[in-house]
Parts: sequence; structure tokens; C-alpha cells
Amino acid sequence: MSDQITFTIDGVEVKGKPGQTILEAADAAGVYIPRLCFMKDLIPHGSCRVCTVFINGRPQAACTQPIAEGAIVENDTPELKEHRRNIIDMLFVEGNHFCMFCEKSGNCELQAMAYRLGIPAPKYPYLFPKRDVDATHPDILIDRNRCILCGRCVEASRDVDKKTVFEFVGRGADKKVAVNADADLKDTDFKATDKAADVCPVGCIIKKRVGFAIPVGQRKYDTKPIGSEIENKR
Amino acid sequence: MSGNLTSAIKEICKSCDNDRTRMMDIVRAVQQQFGQVSDEAMNYIAKCVNCHRVEVESIVSFYAFLSKKPKGKVVIRLCNDVVDKMSGSEVVAAAFEKELGIKFGQTTPDGKITLEYTPCIGMCDQAPAALINDEIITYLSTDKVKELVADIKKHYDPSKLNHRLGDGHNADDIVHSCVHNNIRNKGRVIFAEFKPEAGLKNALAMSPVEIINEVKNARLRGRGGAGFPTGMKWQFTRSAAGEKKYIICNADEGEPGTFKDRVLLTECADMLFEGMTIGGYAIGADEGILYLRGEYAYLRKLLEKVLAGRRSKNLLGKDILGKKGFNFDIRIQMGAGAYICGEETSLISSCEGLRGDPKNRPPFPAQKGYLGKPTSVNNVETLCCASRILEMGAAWFLEVGSAGSPSTKLLSVSGDCKQPGVYEIPFGVKISELLKMVGAEDAQAVLIGGPSGRIVGPADFKRTICYDDLATGGAVVVFGPERDMVAVAADYMEFFVEESCGYCTPCRAGNVLLKKCLDKILTGKGEPEDLDILQKLGESVKTTSRCGLGQTSPNPVLTTLMNFRKSYETKVKKTTNGMQPMFDIRKALAGAETIAKRDSAIFVK
Repeated sequence: MSDQITFTIDGVEVKGKPGQTILEAADAAGVYIPRLCFMKDLIPHGSCRVCTVFINGRPQAACTQPIAEGAIVENDTPELKEHRRNIIDMLFVEGNHFCMFCEKSGNCELQAMAYRLGIPAPKYPYLFPKRDVDATHPDILIDRNRCILCGRCVEASRDVDKKTVFEFVGRGADKKVAVNADADLKDTDFKATDKAADVCPVGCIIKKRVGFAIPVGQRKYDTKPIGSEIENKR
Repeated sequence: MSGNLTSAIKEICKSCDNDRTRMMDIVRAVQQQFGQVSDEAMNYIAKCVNCHRVEVESIVSFYAFLSKKPKGKVVIRLCNDVVDKMSGSEVVAAAFEKELGIKFGQTTPDGKITLEYTPCIGMCDQAPAALINDEIITYLSTDKVKELVADIKKHYDPSKLNHRLGDGHNADDIVHSCVHNNIRNKGRVIFAEFKPEAGLKNALAMSPVEIINEVKNARLRGRGGAGFPTGMKWQFTRSAAGEKKYIICNADEGEPGTFKDRVLLTECADMLFEGMTIGGYAIGADEGILYLRGEYAYLRKLLEKVLAGRRSKNLLGKDILGKKGFNFDIRIQMGAGAYICGEETSLISSCEGLRGDPKNRPPFPAQKGYLGKPTSVNNVETLCCASRILEMGAAWFLEVGSAGSPSTKLLSVSGDCKQPGVYEIPFGVKISELLKMVGAEDAQAVLIGGPSGRIVGPADFKRTICYDDLATGGAVVVFGPERDMVAVAADYMEFFVEESCGYCTPCRAGNVLLKKCLDKILTGKGEPEDLDILQKLGESVKTTSRCGLGQTSPNPVLTTLMNFRKSYETKVKKTTNGMQPMFDIRKALAGAETIAKRDSAIFVK
């Protein structure tokens, strides 16, 4: 097997190593494929579906699909942009997201993705689900209203922290992140220093007392769109 | 913690070797014994099998037949499939509520009887039907409900229920079920007389590669719906690296309107197990698993008996039929009420004692399947076909059917037709011919392949059932002229909302939004733009979903939008007053009015 694989994304030639996913190879080449659940160093979850691309005409999640020699990948097309907008809209209405008073605003990947894709407000009706808040832990707050079920906390706690503090329970629209206790986060061995405390893309798992350390306006995505850190590599 | 609970759980876990991959068996047993898997139980199970408590809860909360909250000793699950509704299940539901004095989702105050709905239980040909613990009661009516409830209240033991017996093996003591086979048309492949051992003997005289080639030459494709070439699947599994391999039979038919595997499991279990054994030999597996849907638990004893019979004849076990070194046996893994487990990677997750979440692909099961080992997952009917191919040869198998789709297919036909049941027909039959056969020539619409297939109208009745035209796993539901196809689409979307595993965004949220939009249209509040929203949202769900469930779940909406557009158009209208049709001012004000203890002065009632 050759140690280099060549394929194209939107007509641009990209080279990668065998075993890499489309998303990894694209990142290395400075081509941004929008994504939400993916996080470097965690096993790709493949659940948000924002990174859906067409590979030789077939839709696949770029974060789980290995690269293949000569593959023709479509990424930044009007059709895929529309699908991605629809997915982001779904995520907004299936939870309760109030950016104007969320302390994650400006650092939130969901919000940043909406701005990048040009969504001023979701087009679907809000579902206003009833979701729990768990403020029992001394250093961490869980606000499930903002959870997008990306699985990062589940994986980080299981695979990095080796604790399995979080796991999904329920199915379908009732699926949620539960903690490894009869009821509350305070009854688990979760620590603010855990990797799982640092992975939430939205304002669901947040550290107490530091929410406004950086003022709104000076936050990560206030000055530059999400993905620009990858695009700037080119 | 009560000593009774802990000692029982300890016993159950021990009987499963304290192996957490056997979690399905453990939690099913706890549920059966205690009517729930409580917090206490979950903590103790986690301790016994050395996993985290939340991992146990993750599984318990996933499957419909498991629950953290206590259920009655008797759980009545009335099927609320579209066909059951068409057969009058709503009246039956009201009768249950009246007789029991509780609503659906509730348990009687004495804690003895729980009343619930359940999606398709594979009895559409004898609807309305209900599952009472593991027993099945068919052809329900209000009178029958009255008798049934009175009967239950005598003993609270569903196995003692009084009912007539069905035909074939349904009438065996070991099954003792009122289910009817309703085999309406017998073809030459499946329902022709089965000669036990003939196929297996031929197979064992061949090399595994020769068997795979024979199946390839017969051009056998998966009968569950996806239509993947079986020979290729076997070849991939055989050639995958690793000593240990598995063959799994997918007996989790859950597609609404499908029941052909029920009949195969009842009448053709020998043929099925023979097919599995041949498959096991071909791919190099020494273990097979039959994943049986929880709804078919009433067939388990019969299947175990057939397996025992095959063991006693050395058709399973060590050095099968004298073939040195060919050891193979089959175990049954019960499901617990989850449609998604019919998806092969979800089914594998479930066998591994996990939530029935699909897995990321690649790797495919043939490379890394059950417990990370190469695994071939095949449908019940596919394995029966394999058995016949080895008995009669590939050339014989190719004699009937259409050019692109050789042989026969089992169809489960139900709905508005005179003769619902199972039909074995050669591939290539026209829809119009089938409708004539089943007594439904006035059909307005036909659902081919279940809700994840297509709903077609008369313009498509000249089309044929085969892999190249209208492919199907076998579910055919007929809708008469008086049915509202938008309401039918909404009912099927409710099914997908219930059965989505929730892993990926489009399927978890998109199906809910599709259903909501259909409900809006059905309540007369739809606007013309809603049809466009349905179309685009449906396409996004199809394109971006992670597994076959979401990739096909919008089909009831998209195919009725295409084929029954008029039905939609007559239901939507432009709003003239500039108000959002879904906005209800009274509802919006209600909370504030309650707090203020007075009505709004501006928006007067």
C-alpha cells in the first residue's frame, strides 16, 4: 500500500495518509468541513451529521469515513449547505437555546455554526422540551436545555478520564445524558479538572464562577468565524 | 436493599457468567421477575458484572419492554399499527380502558395490570392484536376484550388465558397460541416440502468456497429489504482476518406490516437452522445466534425444541454429520422491543449487551462485527433460501423469478384486502396481479416494503416487485379508496418518532418535525408552504441520517407527497388575516391569566 492517498475536495487536490478520515485529511490541508460533534483526540461519534459530504455522489459523514484514492468529495455546495442549515435548525428547536443570556455565547460552537451558515433564526417550530438542570455539583453545572447530544462528554469521561460519569439514556427524542448516580452529578466522582469538563461545544456542561471571565465581544467566535483557524492554514 | 432482590440478581448474573455482554438476558430476567429494573436493581447488576450503573440504565431505558418504574404483573400491549387502526383497534382500546378503569400508560391501582400501546407486533393479518406478557391475542373485538379482562382477573397469569388455537405448530402444546399462519400461496422455494439434512449433506460434501460460489451462482440477495448479495457477504466474512467468526440470523422483523418471518419461525425453523449451519460452515463460524424479537417470545420454546432435536441428530454440535472438525451450535438471543435492532449493526450492539445503537461503518460487520469478530448477519428468509439452494442447486433456484431477481419472495399482505396473509410469489409479479390475488382490486394505494419503502398509487400498479423496480423486504399494506393517505403518512411518522434510537440529529429531531408538520396539516392549519418544508426536511433527513432507519423514515411523507399530492393540496390554505395559524392566543395567555387571576382585558374571550 502506498503511504500517500490523493483525492479531491470540491476539485482541490488533497493528500492524506492511509487510515485518515476525510475530515482529518481536510483539516491538515486547510479545507474546513463544518462539524459539531467531532473533537480531536476523541473517537469520532458521527452523530451530529453536520460534516456530511458527498463521496463519489454518496452522502457520508466526513468524520468517520476513511479517505480513498481518487475519491471525489463534495463539501462546500449549495445542496450540502442547505442540509447543514436544516440540521442546525433542528438542533436549535429540539432544545431550549437562548443565546442572549447563555454564558457560553461567543464561545458556543452551535451558535458559531449558525452564524457561519447564515442562520438568523431557525425556520422550524420550537419544540420547547422539558429538560433538567443539575446544579448540585460544587464546581460544575449541567443545563440539559442546551445539550445537543454530541457525545463528547460521554467519550471523554469514559476513554480519557476512565470514569464513565456520563452515558446516554432513553431513546429518540427522549434521549439524554445521564450521570453515573441514582440522581445527581454531586454523587459522582466528577471533577472540574476532568477532560469531560472541557469538551462541551455548547453551554450544557459549564464550570461555575468563570462564565463571564472573558466579556462578551472578546470571545473566541466574536471576532472570527468558526473554522477560520483551519482555513487559515492554507 | 431487599435481600430477595439482591439474591435473585446475583443468581441471574451468575447464570450469565457475570458477563456484561449478556446484559440483555440479565435485564430481561430481572424485568420478568420483578416487573421493573429499579435503581436498586441497576446498582446491583452493575456491581455483579463490574460495569457502571449508568451503563445499565442506558440499556434499560432504551428497550420498550424494560422499565425502571414498576409495571403490572400482567402487561397488556395493544398494537397501534396503522393496519390495526384500520381494523378497529381504537374501539378495542376504548374497551380496554373501560374494562380496566385505567388509561393507556397506566397501571391498575392494585398494581396488577398495566395497559400500553406497542408498535407493529407482526400480526397485521389478524388485527387488531395485543401482546399480553408473552402471549398473543388476535382478532380483538370489544366483546373479546370483556371476556379477556374477566379471564385475566381470575388468575393474573397470561399463560392460562382461554383462547382458540391457531393452525400448524401454533396449536402445539409448546406454543399454545391463537396465531394463524395464513399461508395463502405456496411457492417452490420456501413452502415446498422440506427434506431435512439434504441441503446440509450436500454442503458438507463441498468446500466452503464451493458453497459460497453456489450461493453466488444462485444470485441470492438479502430478503430483509437491503438486498445485499448473500454470497458476497459470506465471502467477505470468510476472508476477513481472525479465527473466531459468527453467523447471526436477524429474526427481529419489525417493519410495520411484516410478518412472514413469524410464519417461517413457526413452520420452517428446521430449514432456517439448516441454512444457518450451512452458512456457518461456509464462513468458518462455530457459533450462530438467532436474534429473536421480543414480540415473538411465544415461539422461543418451539425454536429451542427444534434446536434440541437437531443436536440429538448431530446436525448441530461436534463433528456435524461426521464432518471432522466442523463444530457449530446456535443460541437464541431475545430482543426487548426496539425496531432499530433490525438494523444489522444495532442488532449486533444489542447482542453485545448494549443500547441498540447502530455502529459507525466502516468497519462493516463482515470485518468487525459481534464482539469485534467477523460476522455475517442474514435474514430468516435468506437463510431458508440458502438451505434450499444447497438442496436443489443454483440452476434450479434460477428457474423462476424475473431476469434480474431470480426465485421467489415472501410477501406479508395486510390492510384493505379480502385475503391477508403470507404469499410466496415469483419475483417480477405486477402490483395489479398481486392485488387481484389478495382480493383488493379497488385499492387506492399500496405500501410496498413497509413505511421505509414506498406508498404507490394506481399509476404505479403496472410496476413489478423485484430488486430492480419495487424492492421490498416483504411488507405489503393495501389502502382502500376511503383512506386518508396524509393521515396514513402521519401514523407511520409517529412510528419512526417512537423507534428512532436518537443517535443522530436528523432522525431524532427531523422525524418529530415531519410528524408535527403533518399534524398541522391534518388539523386544518396547514399552509401551502408547508408542503415545501416537508419535502426539503424529508430530503435532509434521508440524505444525512446515519443508518437505514433515518435514511428511509421520511419515505411515507415523500412518497405520498409525490403520489397523493392532491390529498395534501386540498388540506392546506393560505392564511388571510396575517396570523400564524398555529398560534393560539388563548393558550398563550392562559398561564398569565391564571397567575393574575383575571382574563386579559385586551384579548377578550
